[in-house]
Amino acid sequence: MKLYALNMIQPVGDPPPPEVLDKVMADIAEIRQDLEMEESWVFGRGFHGPEASTMVRCRGDEVVATDGPWTEGKEHIGGVTIIQVEDLDAALKVAARFCKATGLPMEVRPFQGEV
Amino acid sequence: MIERVFREEHGRAVAVLARVFGDVDVAEEAVQDAFVEAVRRWPSDGAPPSPAGWIITTARNKAIDRLRREALRDGKHAQAALVREGGPVEVGGVEDDRLRLIFTCCHPALAMRARVALTLRLLGGLTTAEIARAFLVPEATMAQRLVRAKAKIRDARIPYRVPEKADLPGRLSGVLAVIYLVFNEGYPGRGELGAEAIRLGRVLRELMPDEPEVLGLLALMLLVESRKAARIRDGALVLLGEQDRGLWDRGLVQEGQSLVRRCLEINRPGPYQIQAAMNAVHSDAANAQDTKWGQILELYDQLLVVAPTPVAALNRAVVVAEIDGPEVGLALVEELDLGRYYLFHAIRADLLRRLGRNAEAAEAYAAAIARTRNESERAFLGKRRA
Repeated sequence: MKLYALNMIQPVGDPPPPEVLDKVMADIAEIRQDLEMEESWVFGRGFHGPEASTMVRCRGDEVVATDGPWTEGKEHIGGVTIIQVEDLDAALKVAARFCKATGLPMEVRPFQGEV
Repeated sequence: MIERVFREEHGRAVAVLARVFGDVDVAEEAVQDAFVEAVRRWPSDGAPPSPAGWIITTARNKAIDRLRREALRDGKHAQAALVREGGPVEVGGVEDDRLRLIFTCCHPALAMRARVALTLRLLGGLTTAEIARAFLVPEATMAQRLVRAKAKIRDARIPYRVPEKADLPGRLSGVLAVIYLVFNEGYPGRGELGAEAIRLGRVLRELMPDEPEVLGLLALMLLVESRKAARIRDGALVLLGEQDRGLWDRGLVQEGQSLVRRCLEINRPGPYQIQAAMNAVHSDAANAQDTKWGQILELYDQLLVVAPTPVAALNRAVVVAEIDGPEVGLALVEELDLGRYYLFHAIRADLLRRLGRNAEAAEAYAAAIARTRNESERAFLGKRRA
């Protein structure tokens, strides 16, 4: 088996209104349930926005923590799901379901090694 | 002799070994080693009774040697002991290994040019230098492209398998697109690519004889290829209507037309079949005046339903000009947003010339020349403009 991270690529800006979001969340819950049944589910969570993040950098011997992400992008990773499946085709199928549920593009990224 | 076996059997050998070892890279290197061995031994020992079987068995043993050496070097003695020599490798089976290899090479997760390079390298057995030459890039660039593509197959674990039935139509059209791209790259003068694309098309027909689009693509390529000798005169492109039809290869025409008839029997039309049928109508006409333009127009209308593209609309406008005159055709051309495409300007120029609007025609010819780098196309357009 192989591990893949499915990164949801989200545009910067307000989330969709509740009536849209509720449906999206319900669909995502259903996908998760199916993945758990197939024993493919490893982990999955949505992120807070990039405004909630903190960068830690080394400057010589000093370590400095600063507000915010590296760059101001038009999109960011809105959430990550880690799955454990046979091969890329299986991972792409799961990504396609997330894509249909959220309307957002998904990056499918393999982890190194086997599980 | 070895060269012929190489071209004919490279794809099958890599495909079988990739199944046995589960790794395309290991398979390719092993097959390479086996051919080196063949070059060394066949001239003195004589060719074996089954050259393909010899190559596959030798490659398998080479791969085992290599894997065992690598395991020992890494201190993995237990693994090395597990790598044992077995009997002869089973070849063939219900599902040809080459079909798996085609779908791996043409996987949508690979960039289009990586798919093309991999298909030509692994399945076609072209060398990296040959592929680089055909696509006008430095050999080092092509070598890197191949290394990256194989690394992605391994790291992302692109499967080595024929897609499930539900995914097959979409994935198959990706494979056909790769072969047709190879063919079109070969079309204006790099003949070896055209021949290679037809060879790949024949392999695919052998593997999927009931898929009408597979037959359609092969028919389309054969019919276009049949006019190869008539297409260039004195270094300049000759239009279909002005070609010496005696130079058309009747054997290829007949083969293409019989494939088109088979597609009509199957009756599941698709874009390649429709384009093949258009070419079959041209091939039927003893001279340009006898062309049944009405039939071709009907086929364009079908094509625009299944695959509506601006280029198809442009070509349809040319047919309309044949039936209803250049003015009607030109009006259709002017509606299209294809200013970056040299044929748009070339076709516009031709229609303007036929309408006697010479100054505008000259401008359009210049615009077309500025947008193509192919020598025979430039020569043709230059002549027309004069």
